[in-house]
Amino acid sequence: MGLFNTLPTFQRGIHPGDFKDLTRHLPIERMPFSAELTIPLSQHLGAPSKPRVKVGDTVQRGQLIAEPGGFVSIGQHAPVTGTVTAIEPRPHPTGRMVESIIIATDPFSPQTFYNEHPMDWEALSPRELISLIQHGGFVGLGGAAFPTHVKLSVPEGKHARFLIVNGVECEPYLTSDHRVMLEEYDDLFYGIRILQKILDVRQVYIGVENNKEDAIEVLRNHVPDDMACEVIALETKYPQGAEKMLIEAVLHREVPSGKLPIDVEVVVNNSGTITGIGHMFRFGQPLIERVVTVTGPGIKRPANVRVPIGTPLTELLNFCGGITDDTRQILFGGPMMGAPQARLDVPILKGTSGILCLTENEINVREEYPCIRCLRCVDVCPVGLNPSRLGALAKSRDYEHMLDFHVMDCVECGSCSYICPSNIPLVQRFRVAKGLLREQQARNKAS
Amino acid sequence: MFRKTLEIGTSPHIISGNSTDTIMRNVVYALLPVAAYAVYVFGLAALLLLITALGACLLTEYMLNRWAGNPSPLNDWSVTITGLLYGLTLPPHLPLWMVFLGGVFGVAFGKFIFGGLGYNVFNPALVGRAFIQAAFPVAITTWMTPFTADRFAHIPSSTLTLPFLEPVYDITSGATPLALMKFEHHTTDVYQLVMGMTSGSTGETSALLIVLGGLYLIARRMMDWRIPVALLGAVYILSTFFHFIDPTRYPDGLFMLFSGGLMLGAIFMATDMVASPITHAGAALYGVLIGIMVYVIRVWGGLPEGVMYAILFGNAVSPHIDNFIRPRVYGTGKKRSLS
Repeated sequence: MGLFNTLPTFQRGIHPGDFKDLTRHLPIERMPFSAELTIPLSQHLGAPSKPRVKVGDTVQRGQLIAEPGGFVSIGQHAPVTGTVTAIEPRPHPTGRMVESIIIATDPFSPQTFYNEHPMDWEALSPRELISLIQHGGFVGLGGAAFPTHVKLSVPEGKHARFLIVNGVECEPYLTSDHRVMLEEYDDLFYGIRILQKILDVRQVYIGVENNKEDAIEVLRNHVPDDMACEVIALETKYPQGAEKMLIEAVLHREVPSGKLPIDVEVVVNNSGTITGIGHMFRFGQPLIERVVTVTGPGIKRPANVRVPIGTPLTELLNFCGGITDDTRQILFGGPMMGAPQARLDVPILKGTSGILCLTENEINVREEYPCIRCLRCVDVCPVGLNPSRLGALAKSRDYEHMLDFHVMDCVECGSCSYICPSNIPLVQRFRVAKGLLREQQARNKAS
Repeated sequence: MFRKTLEIGTSPHIISGNSTDTIMRNVVYALLPVAAYAVYVFGLAALLLLITALGACLLTEYMLNRWAGNPSPLNDWSVTITGLLYGLTLPPHLPLWMVFLGGVFGVAFGKFIFGGLGYNVFNPALVGRAFIQAAFPVAITTWMTPFTADRFAHIPSSTLTLPFLEPVYDITSGATPLALMKFEHHTTDVYQLVMGMTSGSTGETSALLIVLGGLYLIARRMMDWRIPVALLGAVYILSTFFHFIDPTRYPDGLFMLFSGGLMLGAIFMATDMVASPITHAGAALYGVLIGIMVYVIRVWGGLPEGVMYAILFGNAVSPHIDNFIRPRVYGTGKKRSLS
């Protein structure tokens, strides 16, 4: 270890404070079941799930209540034993109303899990394993909520050589992946074996930033002897958890523009997701709960909580002592990419990695100035874009021209907006532009 | 229980420390010692000149934006920098009416017609100075001796010349070190240059304070050090090379670095973010190009000083540099090694 020994990382990026001290040392705790849970049929990217239950049905904890509505869709399960009281549109953390299954919890049920047999996964084919993961309701728990089985379904003619476990958790404040790696590494390594079988991959890397030294040590000490798995300590830098950046950091490979990780023989999955998969194959329990970091200066008792999917946000906030009077913003997710909430009667979703309560002191209420071409955004963009130029093009609605400046390669990490001294909402402009360009491309294809 | 208003808005929800007005304000702080020393060296003439320059720029910015219906941009501090810099580049006893006219011209035609802050192609302070250079070529090359005994008691008559009249100079005028070098082959001692004991523009004489201001901004990460380093490096290397070949014809590197407006230009004007390239590599190239241009004008051109034109030239090529030098986009171009 020399003085200038540097840890692997990607190019550029930013160093926001990590603010993880609020919860990094707090063991995962369980919260009581709420009286009523709301399971949106769409809490993932892709087609909504199709209900398999009717109003009035009694459901058991872990029972399938909605099946995949297509290939890019997943199953949903009852997080509690209880009764279906309604299937109707309810407020959703995206701000829309989304068709949801409402379950009233049976107050007298012991809520024990009804099927605790380990599955004999070694006897199953990769195709069967993928189907189990889809019906088990798995999505990327890091926040994107992209159905996991889709990423594991390698297209014909392509082959994965490496599995990268994403234990980076580069969003400030969040510690749920950190605690899960520390406390549930058994399930993680179990899940890795299943993914190895599905993908026919031998070499595994677990990428963890060096602000989680305890997790790095625990994982290194528990890698099974027969598993080709290396735990890689990475420099702490945002957005290292972005798939493309993590591949660059770990393997020094770049995913070609417009392609997927599998095109460079890599599959990346979030550590929490793989832990959940391992848990399901060990104990039969599908994705009905997840660990959520409830944190920020606006929450009275920050905590890492195991929350049943569909728990109302208010219940979770109350469990954590409630919010302070000066709370001004509540986010689903971290401060860099999280979604602000306008109302509190929304449920916790599968993709909800954290609830962040911010006060006046943290939130961005700064005045916007013209771009002064200070080059900070160019200096931090992990993709190597020129956000200043793209921002100007977006402002003049010259979307076509933005294609020449590779707007479609933007990973929407928000580093440019974070660093911009003029407080220009750069990444937001790029999201809008990308959406419009995609629509236009779809229209062109159709005509 | 939860009756309160929650902020929504788009991610990211946190941003980093420095805002544009903070950066601009700090540039003003960095310039204040230079301005104060200028007043100490040149007395009341410099004080009146700086106030007039600043006033002309602020007033023009305010009036034009009011006329255009824009919110007042004075709170971003950028025009304050323009006003100060513009004043600091002028000869200390330039008639105030000329100072005022150039300030109006610089802000109106160097900044406002391009669309205001962020859209100007050229550094507005230099546009103002270029206007003076073209309109009043004699006045802007007439220099005042520093440290005159009565500089705090007496306002030079040229300063108070009535509008549109030719100035009359009542004090001894001194040639600048660069003019001495160019026309009389006399080199000034570097110590005198660093400490600002020579004739010259109001704010260009003390290289020391200018460098300190630059170091302050670089330390606070409010200035790209690559531009001054590349620019000064190019000038130093070129002059050392030619000095080595023929010491009688070509002045040495240190003299070139510390004379004239080079320090002020390299540190405070070439670094105008708006008018310089947006990549580090581009910024370095831009610095080198300006450095070469400064040397060429000073040594082989007809003028003793070339910093202003060299920077304006750099401003003009800056957008083209940005078109040629772009960061490589992830996943495109050069293929990375497959391990």
